[in-house]
Amino acid sequence: MTPVAAKMKRGDSTDGGAASALGSRLSRIDGPAKIKGQARYGLEHHPANMAYAVIVQSTIPSGHIRAIDSKPAEAAPGVLLVITPDNVMPLKPITTWTGAPSSDKPYLALTREINFTGQHVAAVIAETFEQASEAAGLLRIDYEEKESIPSYDDPKSGAGNPLDAMAVAWGDAGRAFAEAPVRIEQTYRTPREYNVPIEPHGLVAEWQGDMLTVWEPSQWVNFMIHNYAEWYGLPDEKVRLISPYVGGGFGSKAFALGHGAIATMAAKMLNRPVKLAVTRPQTFTAFGGRPATRQTLSLGATKEGNLLSIVQKGANETSVDGVWVEPLASVTALMYATPNLSARQNIVPVNTVTPCALRAPGENPSAWGIECAIDELSYEVGIDPVAIRLLNYAEEDPHAKKPWSTRRLREAYEEGAKAFGWAKRNPKPRSMRDGHHLIGWGVAAGTYPVRRTAGEALVRIFADGRAEVASSGIDMGQGTYTILAQTAAEAIGMPVEQIEVKLGDSALPGAPVAGGSQLANLMTGAVHKAATAARDELIGLAINDPKSPFRELQANTLSIADGVISPPRGGESMSIAELLRRLGRDKIEVQRDTLPENANSAADKLATYNTITRMRSPTDGDYSLHAWCVHFIEVRVDEDFGTVRVSRVVSALDSGRLYNPKLAESQWKGGIIMGIGQALLEEGLVDPRQGRVINNNLGDYLIATNADIPDIEVISVGVPDFHASALGGKAVGELGIVGVAPAIANAVYHATGKRIRELPITLEKLLGD
Amino acid sequence: MRDFTYARAASVEDARRLAQQSGAMLLAGGTTLLDLAKCGVARPDHVVDITHLKGLDAIEVTREGAHLGALAKMSHVADDKAIRAEFPAVSEALWQAASAQLRNMATIGGNLMQRTRCAYFRDPNSFAACNKRQPGSGCAARGGITRNHAVLGTSSSCIATNPGDLAVALVAFDAIVHLGDRKVPVDDFFLLPGATPDREQAIEPGEVITAVSIPASAAARRSTYLKVRDRQSYEFAAASAAVGLDLEADGRTIRDIRVALGGVATKPWRAHAVEKALKGKTLEPETVMRASLLAMEGAIAQGDNHYKIDLAPRVIARAILKVGGLA
Repeated sequence: MTPVAAKMKRGDSTDGGAASALGSRLSRIDGPAKIKGQARYGLEHHPANMAYAVIVQSTIPSGHIRAIDSKPAEAAPGVLLVITPDNVMPLKPITTWTGAPSSDKPYLALTREINFTGQHVAAVIAETFEQASEAAGLLRIDYEEKESIPSYDDPKSGAGNPLDAMAVAWGDAGRAFAEAPVRIEQTYRTPREYNVPIEPHGLVAEWQGDMLTVWEPSQWVNFMIHNYAEWYGLPDEKVRLISPYVGGGFGSKAFALGHGAIATMAAKMLNRPVKLAVTRPQTFTAFGGRPATRQTLSLGATKEGNLLSIVQKGANETSVDGVWVEPLASVTALMYATPNLSARQNIVPVNTVTPCALRAPGENPSAWGIECAIDELSYEVGIDPVAIRLLNYAEEDPHAKKPWSTRRLREAYEEGAKAFGWAKRNPKPRSMRDGHHLIGWGVAAGTYPVRRTAGEALVRIFADGRAEVASSGIDMGQGTYTILAQTAAEAIGMPVEQIEVKLGDSALPGAPVAGGSQLANLMTGAVHKAATAARDELIGLAINDPKSPFRELQANTLSIADGVISPPRGGESMSIAELLRRLGRDKIEVQRDTLPENANSAADKLATYNTITRMRSPTDGDYSLHAWCVHFIEVRVDEDFGTVRVSRVVSALDSGRLYNPKLAESQWKGGIIMGIGQALLEEGLVDPRQGRVINNNLGDYLIATNADIPDIEVISVGVPDFHASALGGKAVGELGIVGVAPAIANAVYHATGKRIRELPITLEKLLGD
Repeated sequence: MRDFTYARAASVEDARRLAQQSGAMLLAGGTTLLDLAKCGVARPDHVVDITHLKGLDAIEVTREGAHLGALAKMSHVADDKAIRAEFPAVSEALWQAASAQLRNMATIGGNLMQRTRCAYFRDPNSFAACNKRQPGSGCAARGGITRNHAVLGTSSSCIATNPGDLAVALVAFDAIVHLGDRKVPVDDFFLLPGATPDREQAIEPGEVITAVSIPASAAARRSTYLKVRDRQSYEFAAASAAVGLDLEADGRTIRDIRVALGGVATKPWRAHAVEKALKGKTLEPETVMRASLLAMEGAIAQGDNHYKIDLAPRVIARAILKVGGLA
């Protein structure tokens, strides 16, 4: 055991001690139902008399619709309704997730104005999906096309709009760069990338009077019911959204979207349930993925490799009718100590769907730039890539000037390097080969902030010995069901198998977005609070109720373990179930929230659960809160073909305490796998004339397959961080992907001597001599 | 609703009769037909299901060669012991094609009938111009994204790449396509686009592929299929090569060599010039690499796909040297 490991208390089962439910490597409790096909996803709901809606999308990038002839479609067999801009139901404007009004005008889900190829322009609703699909092809749409801006590489796009409010600056970065003895200046690019969750988007909508029920995958149940409620001028309680399982979202399932408006209005217009499943090609424009980004980084340093200045000029694409900011300075201004920094960013409107969140928005492309650039600097000054990172280690948050709550990044470098064997690395590019394979080792760091919003949970303990945990928070595969059962089991003192967790239903206590890697921390906090209160109530009954055998005892002397209440020093013990039965109670029920005590009104709760206005920034308070990671990656590049294969990954990560190491490791690995796809494969190819994403399917939009993924070793270097969250965890879900792409690009450089600064690293970029 | 008739053929004769109907398409594994029907490219009036025909799924290897029934599954042929021994390039081409799920469904006959992956061909709602889909309508691919388009065998009307892997190996080893009694060399079975890119195979209405035969040869026995692509699995070739080699008793003089290319041409592409340049020569890297460049004579890049002209000869050379024990 190393000195580092000896000191480490991770707050999980590796610490030893009690058979702590929280921190154990329990497998996902929702796993068997999913494997057996018993888990019912939103789109599998099938109410009687359901009709099917199929969307039609624009085939021009810019212009307007002169006319739509829907008569042939309306006359087609089985067709019930055709919705076009001419008869679309105007809905009321919604409040955005920032709590600001979206508009003062009605929301039109379909318009004659066309701003991007693939914009929804009509919907056909029929008795069957096949009838609706066929009729959708019968619409005659007469477009008048205008000149379009296909991408920010088109000169017509210009430089875009500066985001002055997001500019970061300290010192005099321009001058310090100009005067620096060592300078590197390069531009790094990422293409449009798409979320492509395996479960496509869509919903089943049903009205009963003025009550709307929606079965729809959701990362944010409370915001989506608020969206639907506002569109139809209803209070939130009049909308119920049911999302027990989510087949991946990666940021794309947090809002009610255009197809949701169309399906719900169709259900209202027809007065029958309507199902709308967005097709895979349509998902590429039914919502936005990660925008294309570019950033020019100028690094000034001493000859010894000490950073003197970082200047970043960044840009991301947005749409002509919406704003999406991909914050490119989020890692740049955080990772390294530098006396001077300047980061500015523009957004450039082009004819695309408005981009949106895709795993680690901001941090991901930001790390791509700075972690490639620091690697380039290491070669410029002749220092090992790990050593230059440690040389410029930020001992405090260089932007907020606050101490880190915990930053076990040094330990991550140390443990990761050791496990990888980094010390054996010959720094010279093209120094390792195996037959036709050039082998390279690369490193890059990553980070993701700890976001904090309050939550709420209901805990019930039943007389039959079971307990129940309920929240509208969701599980999209990350393990919410499992860790909340573990939390309740530990807080109450019950076997985890006896705990049932109910999630993803707006009828349950509210929760903020499952995004920003916050849900596990906030929900374990809320469940722990509620379950502890339930336990306290149980013990209160045990010592106060005349029918209880523990009547004479002190509250703090009773213990509960494995569902059994025991008095001190070996008296008669009794199961929770037996006690409740004896007391004639069918259950104990406790609901608790973690809102501040001076701000927990109903209105506060709404704002907490259906906006991000109550989300605390990572630097709100005395500390700067972030999770950290380092990826060590080996690639094998075919010297003749330019094909890159990742052959080894060792990542050391600091996510604080892990509530369930098995699930946290899976999340990290999922992020790393997605990062490998991002580095080598993923790229939306947009036809330059027509604006269509031409690889809009999973045969052509390449994500990593099993064959592309080697064994991945992940090492937890975190310790419980109680500044970060109630139970000591930091960010997990979005952390793993951050830094993977630059580690691969750096490894490719080490293998080949070629710097690829534009993702993905496809073979033709390495083919030339 | 898009109506079509569905008939399950009772015999090959029955299938031929049903396939003569206007707008008829045969259904075997369904991996191409269903896919193209969903895209709106295939709109059959009659679907003739041949999956239940008996005796069409045999895999036989004799001293004369291999006989693959048209309904043999890709995965079965790929895994057949005799095929692996006598025609390794055929087995390897199949293993590297599509995905496990597709290989378990798709048939050998259907595999020869698969259509191009050209995104413009596959998206009639967005791109009206496609000479392959609608003769005379133009070609939307030109001027578009052409990374995966062909550099060999193109015409002014079409630059779509033939996506096959198996077909490349078949072309290398002079396989024969059996349309009942009519037998067509596989190289003639696949047509250049010319002015009629809608016609990809030399098969007439009412004809049914019943088998594919591959003559045994020393070159086929010592062969390989090398497929190069960014993704390790489930991706079409950036460039691929089927290569077979027969050496003289000295172990270094090339007696016979077969070279065919995939992923770069409008049909599975036999590289006769490379074969001719190497026959009788000594197997050594420099000679092989120089000869491999001849495969790209007449290649025309379309912009994004220029890399294929650099890549393909390297793939050929590697495959030859590999099968010759030098790489």
